Amino acid sequence: MKHEIQRYTPSERSNHWAVAILFFLAGLSGLALFHPALFWLSSLFGGGVWTRILHPLLGVAMFVLFLIMAIRFAGHNRLNANDRQWLGQMGDVLNNREERLPEVGRYNAGQKLLFWVLVLCMLVLLASGIVIWREYFGQLFGVGLIRLAAVAHALAAFVLVTSIIVHIYAAIWVKGSVDAMLTGKVSRAWARKHHPGWFKEIGRK
Amino acid sequence: MATQDIIARSATTTPMPQVRQPGEVAKLIDTSKCIGCKACQVACSEWNELRDEVGSNAGTYDNPNDLSAESWTLMRFAEYENPDSGNLEWLIRKDGCMHCAEPGCLAACPSPGAIVKYANGIVDFNQDKCIGCGYCITGCPFDIPRISQKDKKAYKCTLCSDRVAVGLEPACVKTCPTGAIVFGSKEDMQVHAAERIVDLKERGFANAGLYDPDGVGGTHVMYVLHHADQPSLYAGLPDAPAISPLVSLWKGVAKPLALLAMGATVLAGFFHYVRVGPNRVDEEEDPGEPTVHTVDPSVHVVDPNKQP
Repeated sequence: MKHEIQRYTPSERSNHWAVAILFFLAGLSGLALFHPALFWLSSLFGGGVWTRILHPLLGVAMFVLFLIMAIRFAGHNRLNANDRQWLGQMGDVLNNREERLPEVGRYNAGQKLLFWVLVLCMLVLLASGIVIWREYFGQLFGVGLIRLAAVAHALAAFVLVTSIIVHIYAAIWVKGSVDAMLTGKVSRAWARKHHPGWFKEIGRK
Repeated sequence: MATQDIIARSATTTPMPQVRQPGEVAKLIDTSKCIGCKACQVACSEWNELRDEVGSNAGTYDNPNDLSAESWTLMRFAEYENPDSGNLEWLIRKDGCMHCAEPGCLAACPSPGAIVKYANGIVDFNQDKCIGCGYCITGCPFDIPRISQKDKKAYKCTLCSDRVAVGLEPACVKTCPTGAIVFGSKEDMQVHAAERIVDLKERGFANAGLYDPDGVGGTHVMYVLHHADQPSLYAGLPDAPAISPLVSLWKGVAKPLALLAMGATVLAGFFHYVRVGPNRVDEEEDPGEPTVHTVDPSVHVVDPNKQP
């Protein structure tokens, strides 16, 4: 398989994987406090107290690196009319009938939608996380707001984790995607099949 | 207290010991008998070996100004001008943990066993298991627990669980000079309160009553109030305390459902792969560059499907 088209630069790849690593660390430490059935995950971080100390720090680091990545990729993720049609043909998407779908550019509608869901989740997680970060911000907020933030934090975390499960599965499902983010390169055939609009665009350059 | 008496435990989803049936205890605080001497605060500090920092006067008799990790009980002073009698009433309430039958702190705590409820009704914190997240403060309808700045652990009144376990009354009860604080079985305390309420009603407090709020399943610290119709007169005692619906949503059925949904998403992915399969690019079919196809003139392509 000839991988000749550059899809991600080394900086973009490093940025993505740094966010991914921090997502796993923040996610696992958060899940430890999410439900008693997962409290054992706190052992991975050195116990419950360390989990409480580390989780918000990991979360803030994840947010900062995600913000940089989001600024890099936001321009490619504007939804258009084709995207609405693409989302309406979910049956064709899920059954690998790409030839029936409207032309996809650098990102398909699913990827774009995921991008904006992640942006929203990250913003909610940061804001609510600060409100419930008892060690530094416990005195600043009333209990009513803290209760609301606790619910918002758990809800946004749930949406984020579920979205990332879909994201990871999509990468496993569409062969060549993991390689694209690891090595930065995709084959011409891959680009033509999955992102024909993008393929044409880079052909013109 | 014996482990078989721990009938509820934070962050635990399976039943706790239920076979022993010791009676419930309660502390009854009669606000109509309290003179605001703060002996209970001193006794609490002495018995529990607590020495809070000396603060500054904020213009009230409250000293210290608020509960802290080292002040587990506090007399709160309120001045009330009774519109019916025209009298100025000094309403003094000993604040501290109410030892709810349905404790919001215990419901909110994410650390298994950091908060326990004993069969006698006492709600106790196990600081060795406390992770310092402060969720107990978020869950409490009475704003009682405090995180220590020394060790980041949560503290509150234990109802002297160590004393009660060996048949002693709490330190504040033992020291109260007017008998405003009494301790015994919850049933006896309710009977005693009823007698006090009859007495108060005879003295002109028509709305005297017992504060044992149903919203938290009743409490194991109860008040006799002259104005039981308006608990909030007593320095903001909640009129109808209950675990906030937000806390119930946060710690209730929503999270197991969310876990189920996350697991289902993983399974959906797996079975999609099994049934539909991966989306592969057939590199063989790649026509390559859309440029001129050069053919070696010595090679003759024979395609049997092609009609001549």
